[in-house]
Amino acid sequence: MIDERDRLDLVDTERYELFASPTYNFEFHRRDFLKAFGAGIVLVVPLTRVLAQQGRSQGESGRGGLNERIPNDIGAWIHIDEDGRVNVFTGKVEMGQNIRTSLTQAVAEELHVPVSMIHLTMGDTDLTPFDMGTFGSRTTPTMAPQLRKAAAAAREVLIELAAQRLNVEPNTVRIVNAQFVNHDKSKTLTFADVAKGQQLLKVIPENVALTPASEWSISGTSTPKMDGRDFVTGKHQYTSDIKRERMLYGKVVRPSAFNATLVFSDTKAAEAMPGVTVVRDGNFIGVAAADQPTAAKAADAIAVDWKAPGQPSNAQLFDLLRKPSAERGGGGGPARPQGSIADGLAAADKKLEQTYTVAYIAHAPLEPRAAVAEWNGDKLTVWTGTQRPFGVRGELAEAFRIAEDKVRVIVPDTGSGYGGKHTGECAIEAARLARAAGKPVKLVWSREEEFTWAYFRPAGVIDIRSGVKSDGTITAWEFHNYNSGPSGIQGTYEIPNQINQFHQSNSPLRQGSYRGLAATANHFARESHIDELAHSVSMDPLAFRLKNLKDERLRAVLEAATKAFGWNQAKPPKDHGFGLACGFEKGGYIAACAEIGLEPAASKDEGRKVRIARVVEAFECGAIVNPTHLNNQIEGAIAMAVGGALFEGIQFENGKITNPKFSAYRVPRFRDMPAIEVVMIDRKDLPSAGAGETPIVGLAPAVANAIFNATGVRLRSLPLAPKGLTTS
Amino acid sequence: MGKITALNVNGKKLPVDVDATASLLGVLRNDLNLTGSKYGCGEGQCGACTVLVDGQPIRSCITQVGRVAGKQITTIEGLEKDGRLHPLQEAFLKADAMQCAYCTSGMIMSSAGLLQKNPRPSRDEIISAMNGNICRCGTYQRIVNAIEIAAGTVKEVAR
Repeated sequence: MIDERDRLDLVDTERYELFASPTYNFEFHRRDFLKAFGAGIVLVVPLTRVLAQQGRSQGESGRGGLNERIPNDIGAWIHIDEDGRVNVFTGKVEMGQNIRTSLTQAVAEELHVPVSMIHLTMGDTDLTPFDMGTFGSRTTPTMAPQLRKAAAAAREVLIELAAQRLNVEPNTVRIVNAQFVNHDKSKTLTFADVAKGQQLLKVIPENVALTPASEWSISGTSTPKMDGRDFVTGKHQYTSDIKRERMLYGKVVRPSAFNATLVFSDTKAAEAMPGVTVVRDGNFIGVAAADQPTAAKAADAIAVDWKAPGQPSNAQLFDLLRKPSAERGGGGGPARPQGSIADGLAAADKKLEQTYTVAYIAHAPLEPRAAVAEWNGDKLTVWTGTQRPFGVRGELAEAFRIAEDKVRVIVPDTGSGYGGKHTGECAIEAARLARAAGKPVKLVWSREEEFTWAYFRPAGVIDIRSGVKSDGTITAWEFHNYNSGPSGIQGTYEIPNQINQFHQSNSPLRQGSYRGLAATANHFARESHIDELAHSVSMDPLAFRLKNLKDERLRAVLEAATKAFGWNQAKPPKDHGFGLACGFEKGGYIAACAEIGLEPAASKDEGRKVRIARVVEAFECGAIVNPTHLNNQIEGAIAMAVGGALFEGIQFENGKITNPKFSAYRVPRFRDMPAIEVVMIDRKDLPSAGAGETPIVGLAPAVANAIFNATGVRLRSLPLAPKGLTTS
Repeated sequence: MGKITALNVNGKKLPVDVDATASLLGVLRNDLNLTGSKYGCGEGQCGACTVLVDGQPIRSCITQVGRVAGKQITTIEGLEKDGRLHPLQEAFLKADAMQCAYCTSGMIMSSAGLLQKNPRPSRDEIISAMNGNICRCGTYQRIVNAIEIAAGTVKEVAR
């Protein structure tokens, strides 16, 4: 077992999240707030660790109550304006995970008002408080409670004010249908009545009581997607839809290969085109023009010569990754050794040593990176779809050597990210072109650019050595992950002798965050190996897991999934197989059962096609915030996982991606979908965890185990069957 | 190179001034400010740019405007009538058939094309007709459900 602190470590060891930017420490001043918001009531939520310091400094200054100092580290704020609207500000961004909805529910719940009264401003560095970024499934466990506290405190402040106005005791005032009412409803006030003429700013105390999940009436329900109508009518403006006055369209001339140096360029022909601006700055070369076709023509008209070093290809990948990185010291996460592997292996009746690999895969968000950059004097505003608006602000400030308060990054609700939009390349390129052109510039990466110049989910090699007794007790477990990452590396099996270690390597490709990070790779290896161990002692994979698992939450999802699937109730039909996997990550517990079927080969060069016929997943992440949206996330994670499990893989050769488009890089489509059944376990007694990532980790091992069940062939590399079942 | 001076979009004749070889998607988005149709791949592989031309779903990113001049083009912006959503738009909301929703316009237009031709498609027919549209968030099961709701072949949201 691992304790809670270790779990937090694992969550925080987001080694590949690519956040190197410093944390900021702005001084907030009461007058700035009041200037920004005008009249009304503002409630600010300090981050918890700052509150602790606050306590000390308050003692020193002797100030308190409404005059207390505004903390530097603010997590969120809520403003109730004079029209009675509830404006919520958070640095988190919406990209399809539906946190605009779940956070609105959280505020509505505590404020006792309908969701329609609430408007969230998200991911705008001039308007919202600093936020590290939207990743790691942190919004639900961290931002939602902050906003809940703000809303609960706001309710108390408003009720107090309403009681004064109504001339009654505060404890007789309730909020009903967005109005303040006294005990017999003979007197009422609207939110606007109460906020009018106020200039009140309050820092939320830490000890605000929150509504327990068992009493939720708005959270916990399937509130429809906020602004849903704008999405089905095409009205919503993604970054790539934004148009500014006098705006130009940009196009970048890309290097011939990774790590290439520009040794020659001739830009005369492009510069001669009317209205075309050409920028050559170091290795960057790009154009801006009044329309897209002209920008493309101008970019084509530039003659360039790049010099690139020789670089590795797919064939060498796993040998390369196995070599520990010298400059990174070869180190990685702590091994957390328990017991002695040698003793554990000595006690075993069966020993097993196997290697598992995972390929680089691409996020391929359907909206490629896009940015609209506009300079106003020395002030830069950039609209861009990023998961780290403040991080990208820092990147822009650094690139243009300007102060961060001269940069504003605005993130319109974005066409997905999956961990793939942490960085600001496109924003920087658009801003560079806009500065040269003296006009706003929109730059939208092509699909090929997105596949090539973004970053990938890390590839990895995992070695496992283990021992098991004939009765199914696992005695030894040694697990080494090279390069793919430490997330989800620690299993929850009760093994007295174990080591789980991550080793950093020199990745030949640029790599970064991805939905679930390395938890997919680590669960694939672990749960495949557990299946192999079960078979080595002729035990049923479910019975084997239950024998070695104590964690009640994990046992519960395992039992729920297998029950709904009918595990051991029937034998698979001919050419079909059943597989099982389970795991824990980021506060969520997952169990997956898969049925695969073998179909005729797609062509004579391919093996029999593996089709995932049916998937049952049980998931538990504490108290459910929005059942429909949770269900949707789980289904979506399964759908996305189908690609990484069966056929997605980045191909590269000598510094080039050789399959940088959807016609060459296959992603899951309608026809690839299994029948999906989701079992959600609602634990109202437990805090809600994020749910966008963890449901992705169970599918690949369940499918690999099902393929073994059907064919007796053990596949240990993701993707499992990009060209069908070629090893049988 | 020929010029195109007008396009029939959503029942209106709209003036444009573009080369006949320009991509329909670019003209809709940049010249006519109809940004509901999306760029996703530029090779007709993802369906985010789907519009109807004389009722047929086509990939506007690989369609030259010269080939559709004079024809009736319908985009996502043309489905809502007098403030009332198209049954498919209603059904997509009802089935929660989206997450980031970047693919949604294309999904709705592809399914609108399908329902014009085949008002009560079977599940297999829906999957065949929609296989060219990618939803990277993986809401496929819900999209199928939404189309069935709009077609009236199922009454309720599945699950």
